[in-house]
Amino acid sequence: MSVIQVKNLNKTYQVPEREAGLIASMKSLVKRKYKEVKAVDGITFEIGAGEVVGFLGPNGAGKTTTLKMLSGLLYPTSGEGSVLGFTPSKRDKNFLKQITLVMGNRQQLSWDLPALDSFDLNRAIYGIADADFKRTRDELIALLDLGELVKKPVRNLSLGERMKVEIVGSLLHLPKVLFLDEPTLGLDVTMQKRLREFIVEYNKRYGATVLLTSHYMADVEALCKRVIVIHHGKILFDGDLSGLVQRFSSYKTLGVTLESNGVDLSSYGDVVWQDGLRATLRINKTEASRVTAKLLNELSVYDLTIEDTPIDDVIEKVFAQG
Amino acid sequence: MKDLFSYYIGMFRLSVLEEFQYPVSAAFYMIDMVAEPIIYLVVWSSVAQSNGGTVGGYTAGTFAAYYIVWMLVRNMNIVFTPYGWEHRIRHVRLAMALLRPIHPLHNDIAWMAGWKVIAITLWIPIAAIMVWLFQPTFNPTWYQVVAFFVAIWGAYLVRTMFQTTIGLITFWTTRVSAIFELYFAGELLMSGRLVPLSLMPSWVRTLANYFPFQWTFGFPIEALIGNLTPAQLIYGLGAQVFWILFGVLIVNVFWGFAVKRFTSVGN
Repeated sequence: MSVIQVKNLNKTYQVPEREAGLIASMKSLVKRKYKEVKAVDGITFEIGAGEVVGFLGPNGAGKTTTLKMLSGLLYPTSGEGSVLGFTPSKRDKNFLKQITLVMGNRQQLSWDLPALDSFDLNRAIYGIADADFKRTRDELIALLDLGELVKKPVRNLSLGERMKVEIVGSLLHLPKVLFLDEPTLGLDVTMQKRLREFIVEYNKRYGATVLLTSHYMADVEALCKRVIVIHHGKILFDGDLSGLVQRFSSYKTLGVTLESNGVDLSSYGDVVWQDGLRATLRINKTEASRVTAKLLNELSVYDLTIEDTPIDDVIEKVFAQG
Repeated sequence: MKDLFSYYIGMFRLSVLEEFQYPVSAAFYMIDMVAEPIIYLVVWSSVAQSNGGTVGGYTAGTFAAYYIVWMLVRNMNIVFTPYGWEHRIRHVRLAMALLRPIHPLHNDIAWMAGWKVIAITLWIPIAAIMVWLFQPTFNPTWYQVVAFFVAIWGAYLVRTMFQTTIGLITFWTTRVSAIFELYFAGELLMSGRLVPLSLMPSWVRTLANYFPFQWTFGFPIEALIGNLTPAQLIYGLGAQVFWILFGVLIVNVFWGFAVKRFTSVGN
């Protein structure tokens, strides 16, 4: 059963524009020029209950606009969107009580007070029973290893710590649908990993549906089986991550460690990098098994690995084609 | 309703806690607040004395009473301003508020109500010093005290509704300061903030009847220190209820259009 249904959804912004300088500025006072920008251009997709879907695209592709429309922040210009059976733009209270939108720059907590005080306010906002609130709060604090940090004023927390307490605040009402917009933005590698583990655990424990945008492909690989790629407001791809790699990647990467120095490997494929005994080759996907067998036959090989194209390269290629 | 009450208590508490974080700032704010009524008080007391002791029925003592109560009313009718709306629209705050299953207006009413706890606590010693310095004349009856207590909350809500309406204009213009200044000028003249309304020319008093301003300053003050009859007090409280309901209507109509225009700028 689909939890999120999007049919031919559009969002067009009217953006004022003018040349630089005083004269242009004065002209714009009399007659203002507007440009129509199609941020989202007729997208259609469905997401089932419990799915974790990566929503990918370059800056300005329409990812955040889509998330904002699905969470009821923005009115669509046309088309239909449905989340948990609600029309998001109507901003029904029962709808808002079942979703959350986490943005990398979100600020819902009181800056000067410990997060615990703000959590308590969320209990009142979402009408959470005392016992449920305490259990969920403590569970989320434990899952994110927050410990005593929730007792410190938010302004005294680091960016990563603040992001984690913001996430706890966003999930206290145990939303069924999570819209995550760059949740790992600006976090260090350890914190990113912790957050990914947390999202996996939350999804497993509560069966939540997650739609996630991220520029970090590690997030996508760790969390999403399915990805939707959007560019210039249009969907370029919707399917399994592995399918995306299959479709848009024409080569494999061969890592080889030889037993002797100074071997010319150019006849086996494109040499991306070579340093003494070790080298990386790029070979056509269809040629991979033949080239590998030939290489093993002809050279003394100490170690050999074959890898699919890095997901970043695949995505780059998708965007280039878009 | 129970959830809403619980939210008001929670937000009120959060606001008080946050104000406690900055007691020095709050104290300096109060000093700033004292300057305006003291200027009015000194000017009008001098005018009264040079006029043989009274101006329009006000003596130096009743002027003192007017402006000391003025300070409390001013603290009570401080609301979330259109500048606040401007700030929350230009930054991430409004987007966050819209994600909550509660109207941001409830947030503002509860938050600013909590803020008053500190402001009024700091007002008490200042008022005591002013009483000692300026010797106010006033002998309110019990029903005046009751009416005053209700009226200061009425003033708070009337002002909240109209400043929220102006604040909502930011959905169209992003900046609203010019319109707010216009509102402020009207309030200064027609509310009893600058001078008791009875001392204003008759055309200003006539004009004031068509605006909500007098119910946010002059009426609560007069309710405590004036010679209003019980009927006049009830009429005044009724007028406040009328303007609150009118304000709620305008805010709701505006809100319906405003959220559709929200473009979530800057986030």
